[in-house]
Amino acid sequence: MPNLYEGAGILTNVKLDHVSKYFDKVIGVENIDVEIRSGEFFTFLGPSGCGKTTTLRMIAGFYYPTSGRIFFGDQDVTYLPPNKRNIGMVFQNYALFPHLTVFENVAFGLQVRKKSKQEIREKVERALKMVHLDGYGNRRIDQLSGGQQQRVALARALVIEPQILLLDEPLSNLDAKLREETRVEIKRLQLELGITTIYVTHDQAEAMAMSDRIMVMKNGVVQQVGTPEEIYNRPNNQFVASFIGESNLLEGTVEEMDDRLVKVRISPELVLSGWKENAAPGVQLKKGEKTTVSIRPESIREASSSEQGEENVVRGQVTLSEFTGVSVNYLTRVGEHQLKSMFVNRGFRVYQRGEELTISIPKESVYFLG
Amino acid sequence: MYSTSNHSWTPSAMKRKTSITSSPYFVYVLVSPLFLVLLAYVIYPLFQTFIESAQIDGTFSLQNYLEFFSLKNTSNLEALWTSIYISILSVITCGIVGVGMAFLLERYEFPGRKILSVLVMVPMSLPPLIGVLSFEFLYGKSGIIPRAFQAWLGLNEVPFALSGITGVLVVHTFTMYTYFYMTASAAIKGLDPSLEEAAASLGASRFYIWRRVILPMLTPAMVASSLLVFMISMASYTAPLIFGVERTMTMQIYLSRTNGDLDMAATQSTILSIVSILFLLIMRWYQNIRNYQNMSKGISVHRTEVKSKVGKYVAMILSLIGVMILLLPILVLVLLSFSVDGSWTVEVLPTEYTLNHYIELFTDSRTWRPIANSFEMSMIATIGNILFGVAAAYAAVRLKFKGKTLLDVLIMIPWALPGTVVGINLIAAFSEPSVFSLNQVLVGTFWIIPLAYFVRHLPLVFRSTSAVLLQMDRSAEEAARSLGASWWYSFRRVVFPMAFSGILVGALLAFVQGIGEFVASILIYTSETVPISVEIFQRMYAFEFGTACAYGVLQILLILIVLFISQKVSGNNNITV
Repeated sequence: MPNLYEGAGILTNVKLDHVSKYFDKVIGVENIDVEIRSGEFFTFLGPSGCGKTTTLRMIAGFYYPTSGRIFFGDQDVTYLPPNKRNIGMVFQNYALFPHLTVFENVAFGLQVRKKSKQEIREKVERALKMVHLDGYGNRRIDQLSGGQQQRVALARALVIEPQILLLDEPLSNLDAKLREETRVEIKRLQLELGITTIYVTHDQAEAMAMSDRIMVMKNGVVQQVGTPEEIYNRPNNQFVASFIGESNLLEGTVEEMDDRLVKVRISPELVLSGWKENAAPGVQLKKGEKTTVSIRPESIREASSSEQGEENVVRGQVTLSEFTGVSVNYLTRVGEHQLKSMFVNRGFRVYQRGEELTISIPKESVYFLG
Repeated sequence: MYSTSNHSWTPSAMKRKTSITSSPYFVYVLVSPLFLVLLAYVIYPLFQTFIESAQIDGTFSLQNYLEFFSLKNTSNLEALWTSIYISILSVITCGIVGVGMAFLLERYEFPGRKILSVLVMVPMSLPPLIGVLSFEFLYGKSGIIPRAFQAWLGLNEVPFALSGITGVLVVHTFTMYTYFYMTASAAIKGLDPSLEEAAASLGASRFYIWRRVILPMLTPAMVASSLLVFMISMASYTAPLIFGVERTMTMQIYLSRTNGDLDMAATQSTILSIVSILFLLIMRWYQNIRNYQNMSKGISVHRTEVKSKVGKYVAMILSLIGVMILLLPILVLVLLSFSVDGSWTVEVLPTEYTLNHYIELFTDSRTWRPIANSFEMSMIATIGNILFGVAAAYAAVRLKFKGKTLLDVLIMIPWALPGTVVGINLIAAFSEPSVFSLNQVLVGTFWIIPLAYFVRHLPLVFRSTSAVLLQMDRSAEEAARSLGASWWYSFRRVVFPMAFSGILVGALLAFVQGIGEFVASILIYTSETVPISVEIFQRMYAFEFGTACAYGVLQILLILIVLFISQKVSGNNNITV
């Protein structure tokens, strides 16, 4: 990937050093301690009210932290006003200036920086071309569609050659198809420019598809920081496991344990065994104690009835059968539990509600959450 | 684009000096002048008036208040009672007319609806003095309509005439029903028809829907307008003056002042201020607790068409009468403005006509003087209003600081205070040199009237600007900041242009209100600074009706122009996408 910035010195990492923000007495975010690497696509992910936008706004300079420091590279920017930070920000509702044309909107940041007319013209035109809006310079903002407005906002943020690009739920106002397109577009630009990007979203699919790393938040507290694979395959806790993708969360008691294998009794009908190292960080499994097991629906496979009785193979009654085209989703009742499973559609027989189904849960997909 | 980027934004280039605007205390730098202005020209005069009323020969005494409430001489109590009584009746009549009109025009389709719905706002275009005068010309003892009936029926006396409290009430109804009309028609427009449809689908009868759905939804609008009309009626001065109702609070203040009893005038003012401010606070409180916002979007109004033939005729005739009533005040002023001064005595209509009054307005230096005065004084006041109003609106909507509610209340106080009281307050405060007047005596100079206009119209620019700012997406400003704009730069390039329509509307309104101002002016004008309205009043007493009406028509024209511009500006408002 070519780095289009001349000299990587202009790129910067962002460090949040034990940052907390309280609104009066209410917690906005608490003790965030994370470093976003130079050139990284980093996502803050969480449900609404989790503090992701608050964190972004502290990086932008619209809020000041109650405690902790924020660094861009070596520079302490904790209390630097937003206009001194050289950031590019795309707002959820784009925040385009309705009294200015497309060209004037994009030129705004360059005019602030007192660039020459010639330079402004060239840069704005290049920026508009970059977002495929060449020729739209004289349009008024209200003559643009939502997707076009979104791209103007992106051009306006990028034309000032910011050290950091901040995106606050930029896709949430677009319809599904446009969202898909714009998502690809943003990722392409980020890769081409190699710019440090911080992205805020509540949409886990978006986060997984775009990010180098993700920070999952809940109620102002960081739950986990990691690559999409880490977050998905090795969630830190139940919240992460259930917020990212789908998961069967089952509570049980450790029945047997040796150096490698752990056997957990979920219910009289259901005993699962899995690898001991396949556990969230800090989880201590002890014989006779309670634990929670997470199983991804897509890791479950269909078994033949002859396998019944083998380890991790159970038979149950289908209570819900969903054919989506790509896959068949089942809810299978085993004892008191309902197990979600998802089989990729390869033309297998589709079981109907009420039929018996035998499923097998591979040992490596049994994940201990503690 | 990054391939040719230069390095102007390396970290070292970012370390520019941090300006004062980034300090967390900057907000107080911006806000303190606002409080200073309010202290100097609202609070201090109010306080001086109170001091005046509570001091006799330099010592504290409640003697004046005892006198006010004394049962030996009940003229003051009577005045208070009459004011309250007129105000309550005004609320009732304005409510009936205003809400009735709103329902008629918003919910029914009948011949004449379009023209009526345009003209319904005509009373807004009449400056207070002019409105009352036109009613006196039309329906007073020597008015055109009573005399026409007298001549037609061959009577010795006019069969009816407006005077006294009835006159005041009719004028109040005519000029103030618009407050009810505006809030009620906005509320009715906002009523989602699907609410009624939902109620009907649940089996509710038409009457039941009215009682349980429509009226409760309109209540907040009604209560707000009732309080407003009550307050304005309490402050009404011109109508009692012209119809000779001396026992109202405002008239009592005026009479005390002209009799030189400033102590009593101050006492009466203080009591009236307390009532007004109390009402202001009640209104604020009420608006905060009751706020129905419509949840659904894209409401389509459906009008019931008047279909029966008889109904159509009745509707047409009633519309015609409505149109006449609404238009006559302006027509009579235009007509009289062409009449020769002193020519109209006992006839139904003036007999001799001339164009001279209009020519004189702009050519005779004696006639031109008041126009020049009004323009100059109103312009100065408006510039002050813009500076103050924009800063205050920005502070109130966008900044966080201690004392925000106080700022809001203080700005609204001049609006709640009757013009008469504002006049008395300024007299009490600036008859002697004070810090706030740079150690000058302002009373008796040119500056006292612009100051009065400034104070009276303080809330106008503030309100229109903050309304636009509230609608405006604050992230536009944040976007500007994130692009590197300083606070001042983003204010200039983003906030100001986006709020411009609001500022313009407020400023124009403040300007024409200044041109039409009468109530405070009459207390504080000097022979050098006679404004248009005072001149009209004086011409009236000299029986120079033609000239007086020509001034009046000029005022109305200005107001119409301003209303037109405001509508254009807010109508083409693409600014708040």
